[in-house]
Amino acid sequence: MAIIERPSTVPATVDGTVAPEIVTTSRALGNFRRPVSTTGWKSWLFTVDHKKLGIMYGAVALFFFLVGGVEALLIRLQLAAPDNMVLSAGLYNEMFTMHATTMVFLFVMPMAAAFANYFLPLQIGARDVAFPRINALGFWLFLFGGIFLNTSWFLGGAADGGWFMYSPNSSSLFSPSHGIDFWVLGLQITGIASLVGAINLIVTVLNMRAPGMKLMQMPVFTWMVLVVQFLLLFAMPVITVALFLLSFQRNFGATFFDVNQGADPLLWQHLFWIFGHPEVYIIILPSFGIISEVLPTFARKPLFGYKFVVFSGAAIGFVGWGVWAHHMFASGLGPVSVAVFSVATMLIAIPTGVKIVNWTLTLWGGKLQYTTAMLFAIGVIVLFTIGGLSGVTHAVAPSDTQQTDTYHIVAHFHYVIVGGAVMGLFSGFYYWWPKMFGQLLSERLGKWNFWLMFFGVNLTFGPMHILGLQGMPRRMVVWPDKLTGDGFFDMAFWNKVASVGSFVIAAGVLLFVINIGLTAKRKVKAPLDPWDARTLEWITSSPPKEHNFDRIPTVHALDEFFHRKYEEVDTENGPRLVKVKAAEEILAEEEANADHHIHLPSPSYWPIILALGLPIIAYGVIFNLLLSVVGTAVVLLAIFGWCLEPSVADDSDFDPPTGGDSTKELATIG
Amino acid sequence: MADIAVHDVDHAPEHDGYDDHVPHATSTGLSNNKLAMWLFLGSECLLFGGLISTYMLYRGRHENGPGPDQIFDIPLTSVSSFILLMSSLTMVLAVNSAKRKDDRNTNLWLVVTALLGALFVGGQVYEFTAFYNEGLGFTTSLFGSSFYTLTGFHGVHVTIGIIMLLVLVAISRRDRFTGDKAEVVELVGLYWHFVDVVWVIIFTLVYLIPS
Repeated sequence: MAIIERPSTVPATVDGTVAPEIVTTSRALGNFRRPVSTTGWKSWLFTVDHKKLGIMYGAVALFFFLVGGVEALLIRLQLAAPDNMVLSAGLYNEMFTMHATTMVFLFVMPMAAAFANYFLPLQIGARDVAFPRINALGFWLFLFGGIFLNTSWFLGGAADGGWFMYSPNSSSLFSPSHGIDFWVLGLQITGIASLVGAINLIVTVLNMRAPGMKLMQMPVFTWMVLVVQFLLLFAMPVITVALFLLSFQRNFGATFFDVNQGADPLLWQHLFWIFGHPEVYIIILPSFGIISEVLPTFARKPLFGYKFVVFSGAAIGFVGWGVWAHHMFASGLGPVSVAVFSVATMLIAIPTGVKIVNWTLTLWGGKLQYTTAMLFAIGVIVLFTIGGLSGVTHAVAPSDTQQTDTYHIVAHFHYVIVGGAVMGLFSGFYYWWPKMFGQLLSERLGKWNFWLMFFGVNLTFGPMHILGLQGMPRRMVVWPDKLTGDGFFDMAFWNKVASVGSFVIAAGVLLFVINIGLTAKRKVKAPLDPWDARTLEWITSSPPKEHNFDRIPTVHALDEFFHRKYEEVDTENGPRLVKVKAAEEILAEEEANADHHIHLPSPSYWPIILALGLPIIAYGVIFNLLLSVVGTAVVLLAIFGWCLEPSVADDSDFDPPTGGDSTKELATIG
Repeated sequence: MADIAVHDVDHAPEHDGYDDHVPHATSTGLSNNKLAMWLFLGSECLLFGGLISTYMLYRGRHENGPGPDQIFDIPLTSVSSFILLMSSLTMVLAVNSAKRKDDRNTNLWLVVTALLGALFVGGQVYEFTAFYNEGLGFTTSLFGSSFYTLTGFHGVHVTIGIIMLLVLVAISRRDRFTGDKAEVVELVGLYWHFVDVVWVIIFTLVYLIPS
């Protein structure tokens, strides 16, 4: 068995004597003793374990998904009938702004981060990420930023400018409540989370792959996450600038978006969408990665055109930077810009189409197993294609000018985000649940979950195409009875259908939550390799041990785990793949050859303390700058504590050495 | 940022020519910290890119106050720019000394770099005060807002750099380094040079090109 060297409360001894001191805690400038709990709430609060952080990311993101979902239902209730007054006009504005903000920044992005955190190190055969403490910082910033953003509901009203918060509508004159201030500062905080997370994961992928694993042997999910992190790395600073400008204007009287001073409202639009369009791919690519894992597994054949899928993912990442102005066709950019961005937007359909074709050809001729994960993955192909096709039509500027700010656009992006990104994440839940928790989610409930969501999405967002083409503008609080029209174009009918559909989706999501609860209650262990999977994360136990792998696997091929299970055997009908080893045997082999000394990073107080300082600063900016001073002090304190936390941990930070040939090694921090 | 890789020094079987006994063996050969710093600086490029674009868009819009040509004091800013550029030279000397494990000279050059940086920031404070007295406030005009935001962001970056330099010296004198000292000095050096390069661009675009 491997010895995990982690901080312990028992001082280490060698042969009964107290081990020689290397560095004592007292020498470390004013920092506390390290947190040492490995169980209980403290082990979660101060953890730097990527798996625990991944689970926490997932749990919090799921919570925000439900919050955003309730907001969506309230919107649909308001729109279910003509001249409805479920919500006041002001509250409705807050509702659609916060629905979008919550779903994009507090659900889809962090849920993708949850999967990335949990599975990226496992898929590349690493024991943790490159900077475990920074990883923890990212989670806490996301959590505190999300809470901060949502406290606006109770402190004078939430942001009401729509999720892209166009100027000059976002200035204090038109939105006098603190809502937009909360929005700006909350997104700054979660933005830092994304930035540090991106740096961390890129370094992890580039530097910490298992021996033998080449870039082109990485699982597609890891590849897509890598592309997303590069997008985040370069997109986040742009929105950061935009948010700074807006908050300087709202809080300190700067003039950036003051049209009286000759400001250009397009500045905000450009800055926002230079971030905002890569953001679209930040949202969708993790799901593309997930289904690229799920489809081959359940089609019982390798992914068709692995290299094409990888390179088209990277191509989407590149071209995604050159299409932002297609969100601004109606703003009068001039014919040259419009033409250029039109063509670029059409171009980006090519790599996306390549992926769709590759997935379809993966299914072609495969022995398909219709598990829930597989159904969700196929759902993504179908729904994303529908959303993608309406997307290509939006690249045609003259037609887009007609459709801008109508429900046609709402239909398009919900098909790609809910039908593409969210369904993909659900595929990931069902596929990876046994890996994360050692239990299979109920397939029966899962299938209900899928079909309800699948029909729900079509029921809700399908009619919006018709509504949009009829000219129903988005973000209108009421639609009047006298304008409903009749026959196929009866606005009242389609709005009702959409509202019913939204509750069908909600029922599907509810079933998922119930499924989680029932599964946890049943306490039935899942088999080690329930799906006969292909990639490295399945080579270890479920859930993985704290140190991920007893022995760091050496990689020889793409789909390493599959190649360890299956070998080509010559038969009279030609060569055939035959299963030669069960997952249990492979795991036993790994455990028998465990690495002697495994160093796990030590837990730390500093990430959560540092993260806590930022909302304090933000509240200070809104209410009283003195509070900001306090927050800054907390942040500075945490940074210094962080830097001074010794990498050469003091002696009691170790389990007793094992003796024999193994030398005692010091745990690393990071 | 002084983080250290999670690495495993183990006695695993042959790993295709990978040397498990080198603690910092990474797939790229670049240390995690250095790669992270380069990535961070890449991200910073877009931060300054956004700020510079905003300034370039608004530099001519100053209805309620003085414009760039009326208030810039090119000789003064040239001197402070020269000081900042010289600090890059002393930073190189510090990194060089750190690589030779020459603690005395490392600390000396770090302090000199910090002093030069402080002189630059002092110049900026003086300049801001002078501009304010000439009627260019933060809220006066689009030019004012964008000028102070851009140069202010740069000044904050220099200030953070100065703090890092001085903290390096303090930690070094108390011998409390967590990690490879030469590398940490080099990382701060990378940041410092980046901030200098950004200033070269800002100085050219903001001050030298007439509006």
